[in-house]
Amino acid sequence: METAATTKNGEGRAAAPRTAGHGAEPVIRARRLSLTFETRDGPVHALKDVDLDISRGEFVSFIGPSGCGKTTFLRVVAGLEQPTGGEILVNGMTPDEARRARAYGYVFQAPGLLPWRTIAGNVRLPLEIMGFEKGEQERRIAEVLDLVDLSGFGRKYPWQLSGGMQQRASIARALSFDAGILLMDEPFGALDEIVRDHLNEQLIALWKKTDKTILFVTHSIPEAVYLSTRIVVMSPRPGRVIEVIENTLPEERPLDIRDTPEFLAIAHKVREGLRKGHAYD
Amino acid sequence: MTANSFWLAFAIGFWLAAFWANVKLAASAWSESRVVRLVVPALFGITLLVLWEGIVRGLSVPAVILPAPSQIAVRISQSLPILWEDFVQTFVKGALTGYLIGCAAAFLTAIVVDRSPFLQKGLLPVGNFVAALPIIGTAPILVMWFGFDWQSKAAVVTIMVFFPMLVNTVEGLRAAEPIQLELMQTYNATWWQTLTKLRLPAALPFIFNGLKISTTLALIGAIVAEFFGSPIRGMGFRISTEVGRLALDMVWAEIAVAALAGSLFYGAVAVVEKRLTFWHPSQRRG
Repeated sequence: METAATTKNGEGRAAAPRTAGHGAEPVIRARRLSLTFETRDGPVHALKDVDLDISRGEFVSFIGPSGCGKTTFLRVVAGLEQPTGGEILVNGMTPDEARRARAYGYVFQAPGLLPWRTIAGNVRLPLEIMGFEKGEQERRIAEVLDLVDLSGFGRKYPWQLSGGMQQRASIARALSFDAGILLMDEPFGALDEIVRDHLNEQLIALWKKTDKTILFVTHSIPEAVYLSTRIVVMSPRPGRVIEVIENTLPEERPLDIRDTPEFLAIAHKVREGLRKGHAYD
Repeated sequence: MTANSFWLAFAIGFWLAAFWANVKLAASAWSESRVVRLVVPALFGITLLVLWEGIVRGLSVPAVILPAPSQIAVRISQSLPILWEDFVQTFVKGALTGYLIGCAAAFLTAIVVDRSPFLQKGLLPVGNFVAALPIIGTAPILVMWFGFDWQSKAAVVTIMVFFPMLVNTVEGLRAAEPIQLELMQTYNATWWQTLTKLRLPAALPFIFNGLKISTTLALIGAIVAEFFGSPIRGMGFRISTEVGRLALDMVWAEIAVAALAGSLFYGAVAVVEKRLTFWHPSQRRG
């Protein structure tokens, strides 16, 4: 399985296209990817025959109702979950190899900051584990805290900050070791609308600055349309990809782009896709 | 008015006055101030002593039943060298040594147990069994094995503190949140890195729980073990012999020293806990 995939990937690397994922070596490549959990009530098909290529520099959102496998897909990419069928490659490696190579940063639903460490200390955690030298650690901490607008808060403890600031700190932590891929699992799900808008805006700016490949799980249609270059619509039982929607919005996206007809048209397409998913029930 | 009824009246009067003062203080504007927070329990303690003194004198309670606090205070001041010698023998050599050995051994065992699910299944029930052995039964055996001196007392204490410390540490090592553990996994952290940077700090509140419980167990173990054989010094030895000689003031003097030492020991551990687990919701201020 692995050898076949490696030859497929030996095509050489083209310049990373900003939007659609055609031509270049995909950062993530899934073929007939399936994952079945055995539970007491019988098998649960969290993922079924998922085919997906994601290119370098893309911002791909995964949207769908609970249980559609969007989080599971992210966890498979991260090597936190083992697929039961099909194949998946991350940077041309198995997810586990990619994890060992520290190919991605993962932002969970909750910030998961260590309360005994300051914000700077939390950002330092992966750097310590990966063996960056002291001066380099300090440089990177300052850099990523600045990226997420937390420059003055390095010495605070997580419990002294608001939920939104904590989540920003956890994003800084995921960025600190400069992995090419950022996996984000509903990072703003627990935050209120206003904070969420602000963080969405910051996230787009950050993505432009850093040129990372971002996989973003959400169940908010406006969030998906606002952020992504492509939107993957999924449906539950079994978890599968219903539709992949190219986002034709311009790269420059002020918050009020969400009131334009173009935005609403794409949002409508996503909603239609979600409805299609329901028809399978 | 006889001297007896005077003492009773004085004690009750003092009690009522202190009662009134404490109620006033607690309701006053300064009830949260540092001074008042020290004064209220101090006043309470003094009232207890005055009541005790007044009732013993007022009802002419024989010293064999209950000596007055003043008699105990006199005994303490006249027996400082003996009390110190007993303290060193029982507390420093017996209790403290056993405490350190027992807690360290339990901590290391917890980490070994954590690495091996097999040991977790095998060792924890055995530890449970050992903890269920009554100290009254095991202490004489340990005295036979390790001799009359403090070593056998330290052994008793080691066994007493081992299990609570083990259970608490094992529990604490499970305290890290799943997200935090998965985060370490995404960093490809080693077992050792995950242990030192995440799981041990997360376990600290539990570990300190074990350490605090163990302070009182250590003192009890060291004193009781001396009832089953000891050289002619030690707090347990003194208590058992002085009871035999009906010198109850000396027994109470030893009890006072034990209570003071135990409280300070517990307090010292609690202070360290406060400094190391400042981040825990139970320790955070404001």
